[in-house]
Amino acid sequence: MRDANFSRGLVPLSIGSVVLLVGGFAMVFLYAPNDADQGFVQKIFYLHVPLAIVALCGFVAGGIYGIRFLRSGDRVHDLRSYVAIHISLILAVGALVTGSIWAKASWGQWWVWEEPTLVSFLIVFLLYACYQPLRFSIEDPERQARYAAVFAVVGGVFVPLNFIAVRAAESLIHPRVLSTTGGSMPGSMRLTFLIALAGMAVLFVTLNKYELTSKRASFQLRALRRRLAGDDDGWVPVRRSAAPQL
Amino acid sequence: MPALPLGDAGPYVVAAYLVFLALVLVYVAIMAAKLGRVEREIGELAELAERRAEERRLDGSAAAGAASPASAEAGASR
Repeated sequence: MRDANFSRGLVPLSIGSVVLLVGGFAMVFLYAPNDADQGFVQKIFYLHVPLAIVALCGFVAGGIYGIRFLRSGDRVHDLRSYVAIHISLILAVGALVTGSIWAKASWGQWWVWEEPTLVSFLIVFLLYACYQPLRFSIEDPERQARYAAVFAVVGGVFVPLNFIAVRAAESLIHPRVLSTTGGSMPGSMRLTFLIALAGMAVLFVTLNKYELTSKRASFQLRALRRRLAGDDDGWVPVRRSAAPQL
Repeated sequence: MPALPLGDAGPYVVAAYLVFLALVLVYVAIMAAKLGRVEREIGELAELAERRAEERRLDGSAAAGAASPASAEAGASR
């Protein structure tokens, strides 16, 4: 493993995510106007959509790190891929729950199975929910890392394909407010949304760094314990784990 | 469906934002638990290192103690 310093920039990133999220959410309630069609309940949009977008981007990032691991064999990319998918899963849970609350308020139902956007996101979530059990089921760390990287790459390719397929679908209840032609959001709403999205993206990077730093500290402690115990001649896993072993 | 009035929509919006807050707080709690474990392990390792150093010091003084009568004997026989 290269000598990666995961904790670099953690303090400014933490401050940045707090400032952007608090500022963005303050703008949601104090600056952005109520939606003409949905009213106050549309405020969930500024939380739900950034959560979903950042989660999906995180899954794609996991795939990119998977490719880098397969190309280089450097375990640090396996760790980065694992952590990106782990944090994305947490954000995806948030997107699913907030989306469900919004659906209940807007459509009168917690879930609509006929809606391709909802179902496709659930499929992506369930697909990635298998990632950790897959890792845990493989004992050999070398094989575990390789198979997980292949899974991350395939899943990472599936995410944009899935997105395009949903956009191409005909029957949509979900409004399309973001598009390359400008969409239908007024400027104040768009600015608020972009700040909330930036806040969520910075939060994702910050949580990623926290998780990577924590994992690295654990690995270093384990190595130190082995050295103190006089067992520094080779790699010995302490216990079976889904997390990468460096 | 027509737009919900503010009084009816409010709880849904609050619930959604609370879900996000809860997610972040749960994550922070898990990280705090991990940090506690790391702190405990560092304490154990420091204790182990201290014990090792103590053992080494005791071994060193015992060896020095064993070496001095031997050298005295050697001097007497000469």
